[in-house]
Amino acid sequence: MLKTIGVEKIEDLFDKLPEDFRFPDLKLPPQQTEMEIAADLDEISSSNGSTKELISFLGAGAYDHYTPAAVDNLLQRGEFYTAYTPYQPEISQGTLQAIFEYQSMIGQLTGMSVSNASHYDGATACAEAVIMAYHHFRGKRHKVLLSRALNPQYRQVVRTYMQGNPDLTITGDEQAVGIDADLKNFTALIDNDTAVVIVQYPDFFGRVINYKPLIEAAHAQGALVAVAVNPTALALLTPPGEIGADIVVGEGQPLGIPLSYGGPYLGFFAVNEELIRKISGRLVGQTTDVQGQLAYVLTLTAREQHIRREKATSNICSNQGLMMLASTIYLTLLGKQGFKQVANLCYQKAHYAASQINAITGYSQVFSETPFFHEFVIKAPVNTEHLLLDLRGYDILGGYDLSHDYPELKNCLLIAVTEKMPRENIDFLHDTLLEVTHD
Amino acid sequence: MEYPKDLKYMKSDEWIKVENGIGTIGISDYAQDSLSDVVYVEFIVDPDQKVAAGEGLATVESVKAAAEVNMPVSGTILEINSGLSDTPEVLNQSPYGDGWLVKVQLDDESELDALMDAEAYEAYCQGR
Amino acid sequence: MTEPTVYELSSPGRVGFKFPEPDVEEVALPIGFEREDLPLPEMSELEVVRHFTRLSQKNYAIDLGFYPLGSCTMKYNPKINEVAARLPGFAYTHPLQPEESVQGNLYLMYTLQEWLKEIGGFAGVTLMPAAGAQGEFTGALMIRKYHLDHGQPQRKRILIPDSAHGTNPATSAMIGLEVVPLPSDERGNIDLEALKLLVDDRLAGLMLTNPNTLGLFDENVQEVIRVVHEAGGLVYGDGANMNALLGVLRPGDIGIDVLHYNLHKTFSTPHGGGGPGSGPVAVNEKLLPYLPDCVVTIVEPGDDENPPLFGFYHPEKSIGRLKSFYGHFGVMVRAYAYIAMHSGAGLRDIAEKAVLNANYLMHKLKETYTLPYDRTCMHEFVLEGFWKDIPDVHAFDIAKRLMDFDFHPPTNYFPLIVKEALMIEPTETETLETLDRFVDVMIQIAEEARTNPQLLHDAPHNTPVRRADELKAAKELVVCCYPLEELQK
Repeated sequence: MLKTIGVEKIEDLFDKLPEDFRFPDLKLPPQQTEMEIAADLDEISSSNGSTKELISFLGAGAYDHYTPAAVDNLLQRGEFYTAYTPYQPEISQGTLQAIFEYQSMIGQLTGMSVSNASHYDGATACAEAVIMAYHHFRGKRHKVLLSRALNPQYRQVVRTYMQGNPDLTITGDEQAVGIDADLKNFTALIDNDTAVVIVQYPDFFGRVINYKPLIEAAHAQGALVAVAVNPTALALLTPPGEIGADIVVGEGQPLGIPLSYGGPYLGFFAVNEELIRKISGRLVGQTTDVQGQLAYVLTLTAREQHIRREKATSNICSNQGLMMLASTIYLTLLGKQGFKQVANLCYQKAHYAASQINAITGYSQVFSETPFFHEFVIKAPVNTEHLLLDLRGYDILGGYDLSHDYPELKNCLLIAVTEKMPRENIDFLHDTLLEVTHD
Repeated sequence: MEYPKDLKYMKSDEWIKVENGIGTIGISDYAQDSLSDVVYVEFIVDPDQKVAAGEGLATVESVKAAAEVNMPVSGTILEINSGLSDTPEVLNQSPYGDGWLVKVQLDDESELDALMDAEAYEAYCQGR
Repeated sequence: MTEPTVYELSSPGRVGFKFPEPDVEEVALPIGFEREDLPLPEMSELEVVRHFTRLSQKNYAIDLGFYPLGSCTMKYNPKINEVAARLPGFAYTHPLQPEESVQGNLYLMYTLQEWLKEIGGFAGVTLMPAAGAQGEFTGALMIRKYHLDHGQPQRKRILIPDSAHGTNPATSAMIGLEVVPLPSDERGNIDLEALKLLVDDRLAGLMLTNPNTLGLFDENVQEVIRVVHEAGGLVYGDGANMNALLGVLRPGDIGIDVLHYNLHKTFSTPHGGGGPGSGPVAVNEKLLPYLPDCVVTIVEPGDDENPPLFGFYHPEKSIGRLKSFYGHFGVMVRAYAYIAMHSGAGLRDIAEKAVLNANYLMHKLKETYTLPYDRTCMHEFVLEGFWKDIPDVHAFDIAKRLMDFDFHPPTNYFPLIVKEALMIEPTETETLETLDRFVDVMIQIAEEARTNPQLLHDAPHNTPVRRADELKAAKELVVCCYPLEELQK
């Protein structure tokens, strides 16, 4: 080969590179064979505690659901996971049709007209909703309202993404505005300078709130409303599309995607028909080929960064391909019946847990007047940091300490219960709480 | 390729025709040909809006490209051809006729002197 | 054969997966919120498995054949990576678990940070960005914050070469920076004279891809960096093309201030039909304070008996959080395994073979196709996919014809500065036999372009679908299935 190229040794191919820095000696550990790295990683991973052995009531944006065996089995097909982005439709019909089916199911689930092929996660999908709203009004509206009951990480990401727009005010989630379920103070902030209002459903505290009055108030001012959802909840609850949401975003991790210490996850993004041309990210459409056969292609690509470049409203290039496929297979496998079943199990077990814990002296459920889905807030009579440590001693991950993000919710835990939690573990939590609190 | 003589042109392929202080603006035959089939036209101005020369009027999207259409002169928007949103192919079929984009009230007709005439624009296109 | 959609395959009452009955007393759903109809498909597990298996068979993939997509680095995805990411001790960890309970994860992340620092020659790394584009966003934000922090708010201009990937200008526009295009010279380098004229105290920085999208190493790169630094700007390195530099050159050593990696390109994590990627960003000392939230660090040093305690720290002037949690951990595990199995010598071997393979193909094809920049390339090179005397044949046609020979086409129509560009990147994992077969086919297609161009215009012939009507797709927008009830009407 070297002869064909016309050089004597491979190093000659690099002769244009700065001589002083060529071929550095990288200080990395010695090469390992597959067998050695397999053993190493076994050891490293085993040193962790995980939701496999620990009894986990952690939610707050990532949920421990059961993934049917068929999902990963299909995902591991090399034709799916070693394929590239479907830019050449003739040899990517598998990926393209899967995306089309995903778009359809997300659209149906959320009650919206159109879904894109996904964003990185729920938080960035939320940020993209703000970007979309900002450009929709061509920068003429300068206010973005975020509910304080919207996931704190989502709100941080929105602020990171919009820091290049100093003319934009991002507000509404201050402690003074509050987290009351009636949303009175929050709704009062909507005016004709508001581009978009963002709420969560169920919200960060698990509450199921009627956003219809808020949506009507926003539309009366000409503002858009984006709702960040938990997809499992939509198996049972009225989807935001039916009450007038303009944009629906959310975290798709509950749909057959492993917890995997926080990623990779799946951001879904759906809009009503008027906003379809403003949607960022990939979109698959149906068409025909030269022989009249049905075919799928990436469409409306003129919006994307590789064509619009600096005029694109978003720089997004990849989607979450494999994660999107996982959610498509999960939803298809569970289907209408199975998806309702899993949501109902989460709902029932969470309600059982809430009533059990509420019955312990000194413990009370916060927001007990408001319906909830599979997460709820418990106020403890003791310091929650210590409480969680005590529970760890019993191999229980007792939930998320809300005082990190909400000073007004001191010693409050956010507890999530999924279909995987057997009743005896909920009882065990109850008994352990009794023991560690009252001894 | 057509280059009507009674129009003025910009390097960015907009044309303008002025009659009694009212300007009609569109994109040239060369532009519609380069874009190929137009699928969508998005207007980013409204009637009665004052727009300066160089500011954006609309975005024209085809399957493979998207082009910004900018104001050749300063003026006030009188009318936008909103029907194009339903039938964008008219832009390809009749870029100088039914495919017009906006009508404006000019602020200052002398701004037209800075634009190219048909001959200069044609020469420019040949060399691209 | 068209595969029906899941809605068409659906049959009311079919169940693909069953859960146990609730083991608690049931309560009613919240009144007023009950969903009336849930339009999801109903298929058995067998039908679901068959459907997606058949769909997979319509795809081309690295596991099936050569994929010379320039700028994508379609190298082999080692299977041990898949086993690693699925280890229960990794896959079942919740991101909000207390740090003491996930020391294995934090150790892995810390080590990967250290390795990426070492490979690139940098002082710090964030693993949070979800993909290359997000990595660029991170870098651009840090550069902007740096200037604001140093009392230079007027520095808002970003110089971007005309050969750059579309995400570069899109990213800059997202944060309100002014994009200034930088021309390339006849040798494919950044036009130094043009650069010198464009730098002043409004300069925020330069986004540099080196080797660039032409596959060429900039012959004046050190001077380019010096000019930018002297004018007070910072240099962002787009690391998409790191496959050419592993163990050969460290961007940090030649003055790049911030660089993103694409783990799904250089470090073999799978492309997954479009994602997930991972775009860690490395920085020098200057930019350390601005790293995104949640960098892994040693909280308590270890000793002979105990390992160090790892945890997250929050850089004092951080640009903030880019996404939820800490990044694509599952992808990091794969990259960790890959780097561990190669080490320094192995990484250098990768770069050398990648560059060797690309130059070999280039020399074999330059007589048949026009090579706009005739000099040693790095891991990829660009050809013109047209001949002046056959104006009807375009890069598009060549690409489609390649599919008839079971090859995925190279990247086409990018970079924009080459007419009818075909960007070819073989990567290091291909054999000589594969490369030679590719050469033979490319030469054959060039002949067909002359003798039987209709073969190219009608291509591809043997794929699951033939050329698709993209105009129809854009005009008659159909982006989802109809629900079963409407199908049955």
